[in-house]
Amino acid sequence: MNKIVIIIKREYLTRVRNKTFLLSTFLLPLVMMVFIFGSAYLGAKSIKQYKIAVKDETGLYKNKLKNSDAAFYGYPENVNMSNYRKDGYDGLLLVYSKDNTNADSARLYSEKELGLATDEAIKKQLQKINEERLLLAKGVSRAILDSIHAQSEDEDLLNYRSYKVSGAELKEGNKKLSSIVGFISGIIIYITLFIYGASVMRGVMEEKTNRIAEVMVSSVKPFQLMLGKIIGIAAVGLTQLLLWIILIGLLMNILPLIMSPEMMQQAQNGQAIPGGAAQSSSVANMIAQSTGVDIAGANWPLIIGCFLFYFLGGYLFYASLFAAVGSVINEDPQEAQSLMLPITMPIIFGFIMLTSTIQNPSGPLAFWGSIIPFTSPIVMMGRIPSGVPESVPYWQLGLSMVLLIAGFFFTTWLSAKIYRTGILMYGKKASWKEMIKWAIKKA
Amino acid sequence: MNTILEIQNLKKYFSSQKAVDDISFSIEKGSIFGLLGPNGAGKTTLIRMITGIFYPDAGTILLNGKKFDPVKDVIDIGYMPEERGLYKKMKVGEQAMYLAQLKGLSKQEAFTKVKFWFERFEMGSWWNKKVEDLSKGMGQKLQFVTTVLHEPKLVILDEPFSGLDPVNSNLIKDEIYNLAQKGTTIIFSTHRMEQVEEICDHIVLVNKGNKILDGSVKEVKQQFKQHIFNAELNKLPAALQHPSFNIVKQNGNNLTLKINEGYQSNDILLHFINQQSIIVAYHEILPSLNEIFIRLVEGTPTSRQFQTVTA
Repeated sequence: MNKIVIIIKREYLTRVRNKTFLLSTFLLPLVMMVFIFGSAYLGAKSIKQYKIAVKDETGLYKNKLKNSDAAFYGYPENVNMSNYRKDGYDGLLLVYSKDNTNADSARLYSEKELGLATDEAIKKQLQKINEERLLLAKGVSRAILDSIHAQSEDEDLLNYRSYKVSGAELKEGNKKLSSIVGFISGIIIYITLFIYGASVMRGVMEEKTNRIAEVMVSSVKPFQLMLGKIIGIAAVGLTQLLLWIILIGLLMNILPLIMSPEMMQQAQNGQAIPGGAAQSSSVANMIAQSTGVDIAGANWPLIIGCFLFYFLGGYLFYASLFAAVGSVINEDPQEAQSLMLPITMPIIFGFIMLTSTIQNPSGPLAFWGSIIPFTSPIVMMGRIPSGVPESVPYWQLGLSMVLLIAGFFFTTWLSAKIYRTGILMYGKKASWKEMIKWAIKKA
Repeated sequence: MNTILEIQNLKKYFSSQKAVDDISFSIEKGSIFGLLGPNGAGKTTLIRMITGIFYPDAGTILLNGKKFDPVKDVIDIGYMPEERGLYKKMKVGEQAMYLAQLKGLSKQEAFTKVKFWFERFEMGSWWNKKVEDLSKGMGQKLQFVTTVLHEPKLVILDEPFSGLDPVNSNLIKDEIYNLAQKGTTIIFSTHRMEQVEEICDHIVLVNKGNKILDGSVKEVKQQFKQHIFNAELNKLPAALQHPSFNIVKQNGNNLTLKINEGYQSNDILLHFINQQSIIVAYHEILPSLNEIFIRLVEGTPTSRQFQTVTA
């Protein structure tokens, strides 16, 4: 037992002291924050209010177009294609009627693309004015029309909310948040499975190609060597995750201070969020305002707890398989590719399942994907944020966890047998047939 | 006789060959024991069983009279395999400490012993160097130190001199004698017969998984002697021929003779004395281990053929 601790210590320290570890640990949160803020900023910025010069030959629309976030209308005299830009307008809206038809034609001209939002806003305004005109023509009075408009926008008449039902309790639905949290945690598990799994494989390969394996196994059992490496790297992974969480937490509070006030202003001016967002931190606020997601509304302790469990469980499940592959290959990276395929396939498959799980967290694909240990770490993390026990009943969560632990024991037991023989084989690559033979033969 | 290691009817079959097929021998405490054999004879498999890396299919290994326990007896064995290496990115001192601790030494013990051996081998300045910065010879030295550091009772060295220059070879050779003198038993596996002849007290030759020779170097040489003598005379006698011998080689006054059946070495001497020749030198030529090795192993295909094992 003591020897495993010595091995774990070495595996942990050599990796944590490595420059790449420090670099990836401190740079990744920075890159992520830049990405989040960048997209929030761009998201807010992309809805720009354009000034539109309107030239209305029909006389039906003049001064009736309502300004919105996306478009501001002006009605300058004698405006045409060549001079609209002089007055500071971004586009020219030309409305005219063709002689022989009833239809009016509206054309928007601009030097640069004004964007979908502006396009939609203008079209909607024109349609609304037309609808009003037609209603008036059919004898609906102006007064009735105005009162209908006023009422239809009133919340008292139609109050729309979505709820999640759990027993007798009602919870306000937060689909957007759960899908984002589910997707991000699924992706993180997917990526970390590869990063740390490959790290285990490289470590085993290093021992084999450096020819230290035989020296080692004359002092410790191969199983101790393998397990020590796997646990050591798991500790590295946990350290890294923990540091990321702390760093992101810190950056969330520091970054807004160093960002220019203009940028903040831009972001704040973005979409207003219905229902009012959490006011706790300005970043949460900002994310809420730019994406419409309320961060404070999730069951964070459960999500983080499950995330750590599935991160560790998934890693342990796959790590020993990666170790087994590392033990049978020699220096040739080409060999690694072909032998890794059967291990990477289910991980990639899990990732593909994650996308459809997000759409339908309670469907049969999501269910099976989150139960079978090969994909459960990724798929289950896509389901959990949508609610336990509403979307994921306790028995499913329990079964998934138990199967993952059982799967870990099975893969470790199986891999240990391949590993034991593999690390002492030099010169030739083992075939699948041989590996199976090693796995089933007795000690 | 004070045996440290006794191997009884050891067998290990792999799916395609009988790597070790019923081998028995014993090793005296404090001796330097040569384990010889051509490539693929089963030496490494045998050693791996002695070091606890493989479990034998049948047979027993007794260490100090007790059944060998791979977990507990690790501290008593130091093994330097032929395929050896170190963690390249690790510092030399840390590497030595790590391997010593894995043998079961406490951190403090490990530190004292690493310090002692580093000073002895003038490696003190290497402590903070990375293993990858060492030359091949330096790496070998470090490897040797990590093998004997924990003062094992049984040291197994597989081709210990490969890659070493004569100076460092001698350093390690002296250390091997030194260890043997202090009572450490050394198993020495190599193809280099001149080294075996020089160092080993006792040898075992294995081929195709079987033991084909077992004895002290002296005994083995006697066993395989071909009754060939070398005589240096001041002048050749008139009648060179005699029924007691045949001349194998003649080089001026230097004769290499083979004694014929039924005669003794003194019969030749008598013949020369009777012929009035003055004998300057007369000695028996014993076969070198190299010759014996080649003679015994000859006919074996250079690489072992695969066979189907039914057992």
